[in-house]
Amino acid sequence: MPIKFEVNGKPVEVEVEPRLTLADCLRHHLRLTGTHVGCEHGVCGSCTVLVDGVAVRSCLMLAVQAEGAKVVTVEGLSLEDGLTPLQASFRKHHALQCGFCTPGMITTAHALLSEEPDCDADRVREVLSGNICRCTGYISIVEAVLDARAAYQRDGKGA
Amino acid sequence: MKLPSFEYACPTTITEAVALLASHEGDAKPLAGGQSLVPMLAFRVASPALLVDLRKLSELRQIKIADDGITLGAMVRWRDILDDARLRTAHPLLVAAVEHVAHYQIRNRGTVGGSIAHADPAAEMPGIVVTCEANIAVVGKSGARLIEAANFFQGPLMTALKPEEIITEIRLPAWSAKRRFGFQEFARRRGDFAMAAAALFYDEDGDKARNAHVGVIGVGDRPLRLAAVEQVLNGNKIDEAVIAKAEAAASAAVDPPDDIHASGAYRKALVGVMVERALKNAAA
Repeated sequence: MPIKFEVNGKPVEVEVEPRLTLADCLRHHLRLTGTHVGCEHGVCGSCTVLVDGVAVRSCLMLAVQAEGAKVVTVEGLSLEDGLTPLQASFRKHHALQCGFCTPGMITTAHALLSEEPDCDADRVREVLSGNICRCTGYISIVEAVLDARAAYQRDGKGA
Repeated sequence: MKLPSFEYACPTTITEAVALLASHEGDAKPLAGGQSLVPMLAFRVASPALLVDLRKLSELRQIKIADDGITLGAMVRWRDILDDARLRTAHPLLVAAVEHVAHYQIRNRGTVGGSIAHADPAAEMPGIVVTCEANIAVVGKSGARLIEAANFFQGPLMTALKPEEIITEIRLPAWSAKRRFGFQEFARRRGDFAMAAAALFYDEDGDKARNAHVGVIGVGDRPLRLAAVEQVLNGNKIDEAVIAKAEAAASAAVDPPDDIHASGAYRKALVGVMVERALKNAAA
């Protein structure tokens, strides 16, 4: 089926089978390979993208369901030059090792901080409990997200 | 793995959705939030010929709060419940339970109707509708009907729904302002399915409990109401001795099998502790 939606601010039109997940559509059809596919059944959180402003697991959504939606991937949360405050905070706190989970961590943290820039450590932990990281032990990730709050408190976008 | 092939339809009216489901004689499935159905497709546990996406049926997204009860449209998401400040007083037990439903991203898409139709024996929403004696409004080929929650769940992932029927609303009886309640759940990781959980409430007659409703999940093939525990509570002051009796009655009332997550004996003990803690919350 043909579908039209918006990815990172640009309109896209793709021809997909109904069974194609949004994650695979982004990666294979639109070559946006920043979105990672880990478990492929909604447990690991690494495929998290924003759909109409909220964080969702793109492996649990069909591409055809994105018709008319505004999708933002991890590529849409980065700058041409340099790092966003959230990315810089991940770097400062060593909040990644292998990096596989990082796109999902960034998209989830961005959604959280955009809506709740004053969230506390418990809330960050609760939200990130839906994203699995097998390297860091999470402490550095929680610290990075907490440290990035200031940027979102200032302008609401963190960028 | 990748999902099996299916056809996809996205109707704009409930009538059209029912007709599409009926056209495939049991080989079509409604798609609500997809947070349980898509994993089932990925595991190839389900492979329907047609998915009927309900996302354009905006009339199923309403939350109505009236004197005679609360109506949740089937497509109301977990997030909508947590974002609706009215529900914190209109149905605090519902809100307490929904706080335990899945993880952040899932709560942005998962729906109450989807959870009820999926009927996981460890899911919170089926437990709430059974505990609160909700009615499930459904519509199918032969029109609309109401199903009492007690008769809705028939086993793991099995319900009273006919293949072409769609849940439209969940109708919870009104909550009384002074009602005491508790919700306690144990899972290894917050947001995972419950190993056991208890949802309960009672009203007060002087210092004694009446109208006790006690429900548990994760310890049977469907959500259970525990009449034996309710009997222990009704007519009594909820003190330590009664709570201890209720805990014992809860453990005695269930017979969960062993599985990969926990032994039956562990779950039996755990459900008693969940009832004990929920009662302590309620009585506090």
